[in-house]
Order: sequence, then structure tokens, then C-alpha cells
Amino acid sequence: MVIECKHVWNYISEYLDGTLPEETRNTVQRHLEHCEICSAILDSTRNIIILTADDHVFELPVGFSERLHARIDLELMAT
Amino acid sequence: MKSSAPIRSEAEIVAAILAGETQFYHELIRSHERSVYMMALSYMKNEADAEDVAQEALIKAFRNLSTFRGDAKFSTWLISITLNEARNRLRRQGVVRMQSLDEPPDDDGAVSPALLRDWREIPSEAVEREEVRTLIKKAVELLPEIYKQVFLLRDVEEFDVNETAQALSISISNVKVRLHRARMMLQKELAPQLKRINRAPKRRWLPWS
Repeated sequence: MVIECKHVWNYISEYLDGTLPEETRNTVQRHLEHCEICSAILDSTRNIIILTADDHVFELPVGFSERLHARIDLELMAT
Repeated sequence: MKSSAPIRSEAEIVAAILAGETQFYHELIRSHERSVYMMALSYMKNEADAEDVAQEALIKAFRNLSTFRGDAKFSTWLISITLNEARNRLRRQGVVRMQSLDEPPDDDGAVSPALLRDWREIPSEAVEREEVRTLIKKAVELLPEIYKQVFLLRDVEEFDVNETAQALSISISNVKVRLHRARMMLQKELAPQLKRINRAPKRRWLPWS
């Protein structure tokens, strides 16, 4: 089966997660082999997910843990 | 991440706390702090309010620990408490949340990605640059709430599909649809910007200048 780019885009997320049914996965795979636009979309999406998940992107505010645990200590003392 | 492997399971720690060894609560929540804060921030929009909500949620979780049932994971239970706390806070602040505007229905049309012809891998070291971190954070911040929450839990906090569905009280298929849209929206927003940054040549002296 041959599919259009637009349809391939709908599968990108599940393709990355490896949750597509085998047949769909193969169809998408075949499309990706010859479509440089869809390949670039897939690669950039994967790349962006990896960068976003990096521990240095989303960090707790400075002193967050200290303030939190101090507050919890007060609560524990009250109980 | 930083702490050594837990000596006891979460269930055992919970039991110890309920039996009176309350000091263990510090240990119990250590690895959940960031996900609680991130979820609070997804609603509150500013760091001070988000921190306040996160603290309040973790105090409430302690007070209600005896109602925690082992059939849910502690992490998902904490997230539901946090989201409730955030919603209550917004209500008290008189923020009227426009469901219909804030939360587009899930049968909304597909998101088209940014079309590129080639993609040069951006290495993880790139996030050491503040410029890159800021770009990414801003793009995530701009996602509609329902997409942002799913994205943060799945791709940043690494919850699995079931845990995400449970924490947000939505179906598994909604998790998948929302995650897909969130990822596509981020690709659309970030790919062209990151590509530009990646391509920007180092300042070079031209021989004739």
C-alpha cells in the first residue's frame, strides 16, 4: 500500500513510540525510505523530543527543594 | 537520579509513614518534586504561584496519605492532587477558565508539521546554551494546556501512557491523540528555529574585510 505524506504525518508520534500495528508501520517505513520531507519531519520531531527531555531544560527554581522540605518539617512537627 | 537506589519500595515507605515514621515523607516525595512543580506550572503560569501550589499539594498528600490506595501509582496520585489544587487556586483567584477556548476538543483537525527537506541532528550539548533552552521552554509553554500536560508527563517526566491517562483522568486514546498533536505543534514551532540556530555559522573573519 502507498500512502500520502499527509497520512504519514498522522502516524509520526506512534511510529516514534513503536506502537503502530506492524502493517501500518511497514507502510510508513516504505514511505520514509523515499520521502526526504517526511524523513526530515520524523528526525526533527525525534530530535526535539530528546532535547526537551534533557534534564537541563526544565529545572526546579533555585531553592525549591530546601523551601519545600522546610515546610514539610513544620507540618511533621505539628502532627 | 541523584539518590541511591531505594532500600524499600514506595508501598513500604508509605506504610512506615502511616505507622508514625513521618520523617520518611521527605524521602517518599524526593523523586516526584519536579513533576509536581511542572504540573502546577502548567496551570499557574508563574513560578511563585506554581511553587506555592506544589508545596500545598505535597502537604495535602501527606495529610491524606491514608487514603492513598496501592492500586494507583504514588506519582499519578500526586499529580491528580496537584492539578486539583491548581484548579481550586485559580477558582479562588477568580480566574474564569474558558473550557471551550482553553481546551480545544480532541476531534480538532490534524496539525501540520513544519516542512523541511533535511534535518541536521542537534546534539544534546546544544541545551547548554541558554538561547536553546529558552526557545524550547517557550514553545512548550505556548502549547494549549491539555496538550502541554500530556507532553510534559509523557516526554519530560517519562510517565507511560497508562500513568498519564490516570494522572489526568483521561482515556488512553486521548493521551495518544494529545501527545501526537503536542509533538507536531512543537516540531512546527521549533524545527525552523532550531535549524536556524544550528546553521548559524561561527563568526568568521573574511580575508578581504
